[in-house]
Amino acid sequence: MLLIRCPYCEEERPELEFRNAGEAHIARSANMAGESDDDFEKFFFIRSNPKGIIYERWRHMHGCARFFNAVRDTVTDKFVMTYKAGEPKPSKLPGVAK
Amino acid sequence: MAKAAARKTAPAASPSVERRPALAGRSTTAAAVKVEVLPSAERVSLRAPEASAAALSKALGVTLPNKPKTSAAKGGRTVLWLGPDEWLVIDEAGNDPLADCAKVSALHSAVGVSHRNIAISVTGTGAAATINAGCPQDLSLDAFPVGAASRTILGKTEIVLLRTAADAFRVECWRSFSDYVFTFLSEGSRDAAV
Repeated sequence: MLLIRCPYCEEERPELEFRNAGEAHIARSANMAGESDDDFEKFFFIRSNPKGIIYERWRHMHGCARFFNAVRDTVTDKFVMTYKAGEPKPSKLPGVAK
Repeated sequence: MAKAAARKTAPAASPSVERRPALAGRSTTAAAVKVEVLPSAERVSLRAPEASAAALSKALGVTLPNKPKTSAAKGGRTVLWLGPDEWLVIDEAGNDPLADCAKVSALHSAVGVSHRNIAISVTGTGAAATINAGCPQDLSLDAFPVGAASRTILGKTEIVLLRTAADAFRVECWRSFSDYVFTFLSEGSRDAAV
């Protein structure tokens, strides 16, 4: 079983307590009605789906119930790091070669 | 027997109304563990920002814990940290924590959930092993000391776990699946004895 560090509970917890909530750092337009169809499609449907490092939202559903962000490697399934919701994308990732 | 226990633990609101707590009085004993449904208690689901914590602590008579996985208890009232701005208040002394919260003018949300939850006590040397039958958390005394509290899962259901002593736990679950939780723990207690 994977252990995921919850930044609010400040410890590693079993994966069964968590839920994935899609890609992180997708900004919602302030003027949604003025969006073109193409821009809305990009915002609503198009995800990066990379092979390697991905930034995701996760929720500690059966724990503190808070949303947070996680950096995960889609190849190895390893969590690189987690950080609180609202914080900017970390510029440096521990132990990851560019 | 269940009926008699129900009448004893829950005073009826009026003579024509009788409250029957789920599973009242049920218990099972294995070699190293006793699983027992606890009498009904007053419970409040409390949400509040940090700025209101001091006023609420004063009104409740218990300091709201602000560290993850901890709880605080005083005079039959226990407050469990569930999230950064979320607590579960359990009062076993028969006082009404909801009324105490109502006196506070600071921003907060207090919802009475007394009869939403059922409490099951798991006691004995095999208590941790019994809960670990379906709960993936580390329940060793180092990782989950006495007084530690956490929302977590047991089998297919969500529970709130509180360690009341080195070999005693209080399991809080919603009443609609309390039968599942009780049966799960009973099975687990038989395995824990092996």
